Amino acid sequence: MSGQVVVSDEVAPVQLGPPILEVAGLVKHFSTDRGLFGGGAKLHAVDGVDLQIFPGEVLAVVGESGSGKSTLARCILRLIDPTEGRIVFAGQDVLALKGRRLAGFRQQVQPVFQDPFSSIDPRWRVGTSVAEALDAFAIGTKAERRARVLDLLDRVGLDPSLVGRRPHELSGGQRQRVGIAAALAPSPRLIVADEPVSALDVSVQAQVLNLLADLQRDLRLAILFVAHDLAVVEHISHRVAVMYLGKIVETGPTEAVFRDPRHPYTKALLEAIPRPDPDRRMQESVLRGEIPSPIAPPSGCRFRTRCPVAIERCVTEEPEMTLFGEGHTAACHVARAELQKQDHQRRQ
Amino acid sequence: MSVAIPNVPARTSRRQGILASRKGRVGFAILVALIAIAVFAPLIAPHDPNAIDASRILAGPDLAHPFGSDALGRDVLSRVIYAYRVSLGVAVGSTLLAFLFGVPLGMYAGYHGGWVDTLIMRPIDMVLALPALLLAVALIAIIGPGSDVALLAIAVIYLPILARVVRSSTLVVASQTYVEAARARGTPSRRIITRHVLPNAIGPAIVQATILMGFALQIEAALSFLGLGAQPPTSSLGVMLADGRDFLTQAPWIEIFPGVAIAITVLAFNFFGDGLRARLDPRGVTR
Amino acid sequence: MSDAILTLEHVDVGFATDDGTVSAVSDVSLSVASGEIFGLVGESGCGKTTLAMATMGLLPASATVSGSVRFQGRELVGLAPEDLRRLRGDRISMVFQDPMTSLDPAFSIGEQIAETITAHRNVQRGQARDRALALLADVGIPEPERRYGDAPHRLSGGMRQRVVIATALANEPALMLADEPTTALDVTIQSQILDLLRDLRQRLRTTIVLITHDLGVIAQLCDRVGVMYAGQLVEIATVAEIFRAPRHPYTQALLAALPTQHQEPGSLRVIPGRVPNLIDPPPGCRFASRCPYVMDECTIVPPLAHESADHLIACWLSEATRAAAHPAGAATGGAA
Repeated sequence: MSGQVVVSDEVAPVQLGPPILEVAGLVKHFSTDRGLFGGGAKLHAVDGVDLQIFPGEVLAVVGESGSGKSTLARCILRLIDPTEGRIVFAGQDVLALKGRRLAGFRQQVQPVFQDPFSSIDPRWRVGTSVAEALDAFAIGTKAERRARVLDLLDRVGLDPSLVGRRPHELSGGQRQRVGIAAALAPSPRLIVADEPVSALDVSVQAQVLNLLADLQRDLRLAILFVAHDLAVVEHISHRVAVMYLGKIVETGPTEAVFRDPRHPYTKALLEAIPRPDPDRRMQESVLRGEIPSPIAPPSGCRFRTRCPVAIERCVTEEPEMTLFGEGHTAACHVARAELQKQDHQRRQ
Repeated sequence: MSVAIPNVPARTSRRQGILASRKGRVGFAILVALIAIAVFAPLIAPHDPNAIDASRILAGPDLAHPFGSDALGRDVLSRVIYAYRVSLGVAVGSTLLAFLFGVPLGMYAGYHGGWVDTLIMRPIDMVLALPALLLAVALIAIIGPGSDVALLAIAVIYLPILARVVRSSTLVVASQTYVEAARARGTPSRRIITRHVLPNAIGPAIVQATILMGFALQIEAALSFLGLGAQPPTSSLGVMLADGRDFLTQAPWIEIFPGVAIAITVLAFNFFGDGLRARLDPRGVTR
Repeated sequence: MSDAILTLEHVDVGFATDDGTVSAVSDVSLSVASGEIFGLVGESGCGKTTLAMATMGLLPASATVSGSVRFQGRELVGLAPEDLRRLRGDRISMVFQDPMTSLDPAFSIGEQIAETITAHRNVQRGQARDRALALLADVGIPEPERRYGDAPHRLSGGMRQRVVIATALANEPALMLADEPTTALDVTIQSQILDLLRDLRQRLRTTIVLITHDLGVIAQLCDRVGVMYAGQLVEIATVAEIFRAPRHPYTQALLAALPTQHQEPGSLRVIPGRVPNLIDPPPGCRFASRCPYVMDECTIVPPLAHESADHLIACWLSEATRAAAHPAGAATGGAA
């Protein structure tokens, strides 16, 4: 089972208090279009994901296309219903929420999306967009809502005089700030941000990253930060979960994962980042081949078809999560065998 | 190949309005004139449209009767003005009726998808599959002829067309991130439909409806020509065409002027529709 | 530079719009040496793509190009469309960002490569096919014989981009313009394509002009780099120099804005203000309004000048720029 954590007896798991959001055994399969003669295939977008987000932390979920990271985010936002699994937010079973309780959940968990050009209604004025959740939940009086909107614009670094503008009068960075202000409006505890800076230019990206970091610190927000850019992730997140073909292959404190990656996929991913440093030109890329289709993922370890260190066991047996350090786990047979060897030697 | 034109910040000063395009301007002007004629028919018509003048049977155009007279010596200009009133009323009424029912249906089907979509769109597709005129004739056969029945028949023909158009633009809008964001923000779906989907998805349906209005005039004429539309003493352009066809060689004016009225109207609605298309696209990227 | 394959001199590109003329590229001069990988970097709207399109003669009719673009000694500005077409896909080729839309979905990948060859060369179909197969193998498509007949949609994004590159190489071009060739790809696939480009340069000595917003890609692949801002070319240097000792304030700010693990979250350096409106841009250096070192001279366009043999900069902070603006002997007040 993928949910199991095998604890090497040297290290104990870290205590972080109760998580604000817990995802357990989450599975989302999409049925692809059935052909004329029936028999549609199943796309394994998310295939057994466990994760926890603690209050006030930034958890990054990284992965390439087909990793299922966006599907995971959409499940957590309850935009789509997972096939299996549990999502618990502040003690409530999210998937069972309906009506007023679902509205209460939505108020506390707000989205920020990738594309600043499609994530706000082109016909709405800035103020209306920012107030959307306030209006939906009828929070405060009209005057209070207006005051709150102006306050929020100021908070995200936009001139409150922009309140009456329409999106086409704004730059991409300004639009993304409007999206962030809208997410902050109902005072959420968790923000699910799906690639919030990947559509932005470097200098604008820096502004938005600074803003997110400030907000997170000042408001003690928890942020689930879905991204593919590892440099951004390394900069902003406290913990990171690396996804490959619908599964988390490694997770842990950002610093530990980047300094000492245990899963061969994480290692390859880190090596593949084109570093803005001509003295550190990368070697021949380690990974051969393509990301397999999530319609027919490989047996055993999903990464084995591209893995430089795969062994026979990887074909038949799915690796379990192994603890490598404080809160640092990875699912790899080879890494685990090495760890056991080290433990064994140390004990002798 | 598209080349991004760099940094024209926010098309702020984009010339707006239907009147920005020449076609739109022309269409708009003609339509205003035509509607005025229809509305103020009694004031404009120089003669009583039903007054029979035996001395002017099949008489050609002259100063007092610029469009000539018909087989009963009635003034063709006055008759065209009154008939136009009826025809335009049917065209506008039928399209509005179809719009009023077709748009919500198409929008609801497109937004909710799944079985709701199937439930709404299958019957609509079936109507769409039938030949339009045959459908109208069948309907009139059941209810009986008359200009109000013609109006209803045209509405039935148009409803599936408009519902289809709205459904497809709704599908596009519903897949936009801002709609997804609204759902995640907790906005109720009724509000999402009225505030996000409707304003963003209705444009193509308005354009389509405008153009359909022009063609409704033709359908009305066809039905009346077949004796299935307006019944005497009410006249419509189609009735006039039917009346005049026996005298086509002797007195072509009886036939020509109603025909020209139809043609001008269809053209004006088309021009106006094109102007609207440019106006309603929020990004103004048409052309 | 005697071995320059491409030389741009005082290139201006303007787009006519309803609101006025957009000055998309302003007075850009640069030269690309034969065999090098030259990077053109800048943020969206800086004119880097427009500049490449102008070089290829691919701009829409609303654009006006002035200045000089010389390729292998031949002037391209004002060349007849038919002559330009003959050059494109033959001596100069182009690779675009989106590998899906740059391939025709209706033709097999092999046929598309073969067609590029027969469009420019008088060869037998069989020969073109053999050459296409060799190219597919060259760019790392496994089992080219089997893949030859595949439609583009049957290939993954990375494989498609390999096919696009094979098409670009079909007639052994002297120059390849690659516009964000890896931007749409996943990072592990991107590194494979970067490998491929590096390897092709080694083997074929193709000159590559790489247009990108990604400073990481520049650092990994290029020999020299030109930095563009709001239509102006502000700095040219070797890649090692740009990253070690950027001289233009914009280049410095751009590099400082890159996120790293060493900075506290929330403390990334940002560039205040916005890119100026390119309809009626302010006179002089277009970065001036956002520049921390702005001074009176900045309302005059600083000329791009040699700081050292291979480092050019257009900024009044630079002695070289000052010297170029006021050639030796001509004292400051002399012109008055």
